[in-house]
Amino acid sequence: MEIKELERIASQTRRDIVRMVAAVNSGHPGGSLGCTDFLTVLYNHVMKHTPSPFSMDGIGEDIFYLSNGHISPVWYSTLARCGYFPVAELSTFRKLGGRLQGHPSTDKGLPGIRAASGSLGQGLSMAIGTAETKKLNGDNSLVYTLHGDGELQEGQIWEAAMYAAAKKIDNVIATIDFNGRQIDGDVDDVLSLGNLKQKWQAFGWEVLEMDGHNMQELIDTLSKAKSMTGQGKPICIIMTTEMGQGVDFMVGSHKWHGVAPNEEQLADALSQLEETLGDY
Amino acid sequence: MIDSMEKHVEVTGKKDTRSGFGEGLHELGKINSNVVALCADLTGSLKMNAFEHDFPERFFQVGIAEANMMGIAAGMTVGGKIPFTGTFANFSTGRVYDQIRQSIAYSQKNVKICASHAGLTLGEDGATHQILEDIGMMKMLPNMAVIVPCDFNQTKQATIAIAEHEGPVYLRFGRPSVPIFTPADKKFEIGKADIILEGSDVSIIACGHLVWKAIEAAQQLAEQGIDAAVINMHTIKPLDEAAILATATKTGCVVTAEEHMLNGGLGDSVAQVLARHLPTPQEYVGVNDSFGESGTPDELMAKYGIDTKDVIEAAKRVIGRKK
Repeated sequence: MEIKELERIASQTRRDIVRMVAAVNSGHPGGSLGCTDFLTVLYNHVMKHTPSPFSMDGIGEDIFYLSNGHISPVWYSTLARCGYFPVAELSTFRKLGGRLQGHPSTDKGLPGIRAASGSLGQGLSMAIGTAETKKLNGDNSLVYTLHGDGELQEGQIWEAAMYAAAKKIDNVIATIDFNGRQIDGDVDDVLSLGNLKQKWQAFGWEVLEMDGHNMQELIDTLSKAKSMTGQGKPICIIMTTEMGQGVDFMVGSHKWHGVAPNEEQLADALSQLEETLGDY
Repeated sequence: MIDSMEKHVEVTGKKDTRSGFGEGLHELGKINSNVVALCADLTGSLKMNAFEHDFPERFFQVGIAEANMMGIAAGMTVGGKIPFTGTFANFSTGRVYDQIRQSIAYSQKNVKICASHAGLTLGEDGATHQILEDIGMMKMLPNMAVIVPCDFNQTKQATIAIAEHEGPVYLRFGRPSVPIFTPADKKFEIGKADIILEGSDVSIIACGHLVWKAIEAAQQLAEQGIDAAVINMHTIKPLDEAAILATATKTGCVVTAEEHMLNGGLGDSVAQVLARHLPTPQEYVGVNDSFGESGTPDELMAKYGIDTKDVIEAAKRVIGRKK
């Protein structure tokens, strides 16, 4: 897909995100806006997948797990804009009886979701399990995950990291949303991750880095990561992003991690984001 | 006075229930190519060696990292595998409750959580390892089936049966060698209680190691002229409500017996059924809000009130409460 087209999808997704969160006065716009470019490229340019009919088993398909489930708005918009479910359903986000739960879940049957997430630190293990099954099935498609940087404070991540290297899980590509922010402030102040690149390398992973807001770099780095699969090592991409990217009063601050814009702020935000594909 | 011989139950041997799991898993390896097994550094203790030896490509040693094991198991179901996780009951539940809750139960993943060394009869290792809360934690989770078989044969059959059940299962078994009294070839039916002994004076509803204690109690009660029924409630969830109501209707009083806390165990589940449909006097045999300690299994069962004599005393107490 052309970069221009990817940028149009990303702009619409950012509109979806702020509108969804504002409509119910809850949800997590900051990280969602920060990961919009990544998910747009992943789903529209990188992954081999079939939106409809959705298959839970995903045999022969690349599979994505969102480990930091609180950024569900960006995932829901991406899935809907790819054709997993009707775009109009974005209006049901966080509403009673809807399939678009506050954090992603499987129990309401929303196509595209293969595991619940929200309680942090669990997605990498899940991805490794699916990667093991793909190996047993002789299925050479890949498993992708996205994690928050604050999420890496959870111990289970490092259990999974150790396992993946020791057992040569070379069909997983894990991306870290490295925005340096978490609910209580800067990651460095809350609980520093130290040298993140060296940590992953020390755990036995191949580590790549990319700018999460440069479409060409996203394409090139993900393509490089794909080319490195199947060589005995798991792959981690440390992706630098800005929380709140695309909305000037949100960008770069942890204050918009889990706060919805009011009516005036929403209008301001939408004025900065072009409606490219039609609002839901 | 009834004849105590009426309470005869044929014993065909003595073995640990965990070995029943090991044999059942090995059998599954042969008959179901989708069955995979994961273990967190306790392969020998869980008797998973035979599966590991014969199906190495389907055996996953995850090391001492139970949270990761539960997540990997959940992920393996995507693509059609049926994962069986194996570690001690404590590390299968309390240590990883949130992983089970979100990645397995809420995510509706077809994982079989197989837990050995449950309860006090783990023995000398002491209270850190003697989990007595696991049935309660697991039965509270939506989508989770909870199964506590009584002997070697039943544990083997239950292991085989749960592979056919779509959805998460908690299978609880133990370490000590106990009498074998269920038929080797009896197919395990999830949610269908076994009537071990018929009786008319009191119903003893038990699970796991306490089923044999209940049989011993019924035999001794018979010698004293009391006709006790023994129900093996091997499935705590989904619970066989019909079997509970049938026996309670017949005897008019109930004793529940389990190697678990009184809070949250089989007794609570039975009491809920009776309270709603057929209020009936009930006495409980279980551990009363206490951690265990080091000791032999027999010493611990005696000290913490889950022995044959405790079942007998509870039966007499509850008969005394009948109107």
